[in-house]
Amino acid sequence: MIKGATKRKTFGVITTIVFLFSIGCAPKIPPEALVWNQETLKDRQLQTRRFDTNDEELVLQAVAGLLQDLGFNLDESETKLGIIVASKERDAQDGENLAKGLLLALIGVEMPLDYKQKLRASVVTFPASEGDFMNVRVTFQRIVWSVRGKETKREGLDDPEFYKEFFEKLSKSMFLEAHAI
Amino acid sequence: MQFNPYRRQRILFLFLVVFSSMLFGCQNAKKQLLATGESQVKLRQIQTRVFDTTDRKQTLRTVISTMQDLGFVIDKADETLGSVSGTKLDGYSIRLTATVRPRGKTQTLVRANAQYGMYAVEKAEPYQNFFTSLEKAMFLTAHSVD
Repeated sequence: MIKGATKRKTFGVITTIVFLFSIGCAPKIPPEALVWNQETLKDRQLQTRRFDTNDEELVLQAVAGLLQDLGFNLDESETKLGIIVASKERDAQDGENLAKGLLLALIGVEMPLDYKQKLRASVVTFPASEGDFMNVRVTFQRIVWSVRGKETKREGLDDPEFYKEFFEKLSKSMFLEAHAI
Repeated sequence: MQFNPYRRQRILFLFLVVFSSMLFGCQNAKKQLLATGESQVKLRQIQTRVFDTTDRKQTLRTVISTMQDLGFVIDKADETLGSVSGTKLDGYSIRLTATVRPRGKTQTLVRANAQYGMYAVEKAEPYQNFFTSLEKAMFLTAHSVD
């Protein structure tokens, strides 16, 4: 009996020491994080549209107008480089998350429900190397927090529908800006 | 009270565990403010490349589009300072800042530094990957600085 207790104790100590070691070691950056891959060009196409103008200021004004239309607040902008960054905080509760939470609750497992999310949009304009065109590229991200304020998700939003809709609205916004509406 | 021969051992174990946690986990957190893992010279070497161009603004714009290609969302940029910062969220988070400035009369220098979650990225390989991506977008070769 004493033997068993010692074994358990040794096991406990080893686990603790391994755990403490793991705190001390810095985790490694994923090797593919800064490498081009097959998705790179596909993503670029998805996130970029070319507009038939060389007036970068007009495009940026249209972007800012659209972001305001969508309820974003501007965080940063640098017109000399064609950059606008905006964000908004919104409710993050959705049906799927709620259903999952309820199912897990039934078997006694507690899952924190998503509560709040911060949505970020970053728009960069880039004059085309040839011709009077302006490339516009937008990227979206979100961070989600649970009811208890714990971060539950951090991700890029890559649903093609978001980008399609954004650029459709941007075309409309460009028209409105050009006509000072 | 009954004498327990394992009591002393238990205390010793406990002491060892607490001591090792001090060694590995609990260094003075405030010292993180000015801490680096590598020497300043070595760090600059792995974080810096030089391109044979004098077009600083175009370089800066290319850095921005390369970061977007790699999945970063641009957080802020400053043309006057020649800097750009972005964040990549993909389950993990990487924050990267790049600065662009002229070097001599014919070259432009790009320096990048990154943090992965709570940790500084100080290995050469991730930066090598970043500059390889940047080379492709610049259509220029990246030279190391000596």
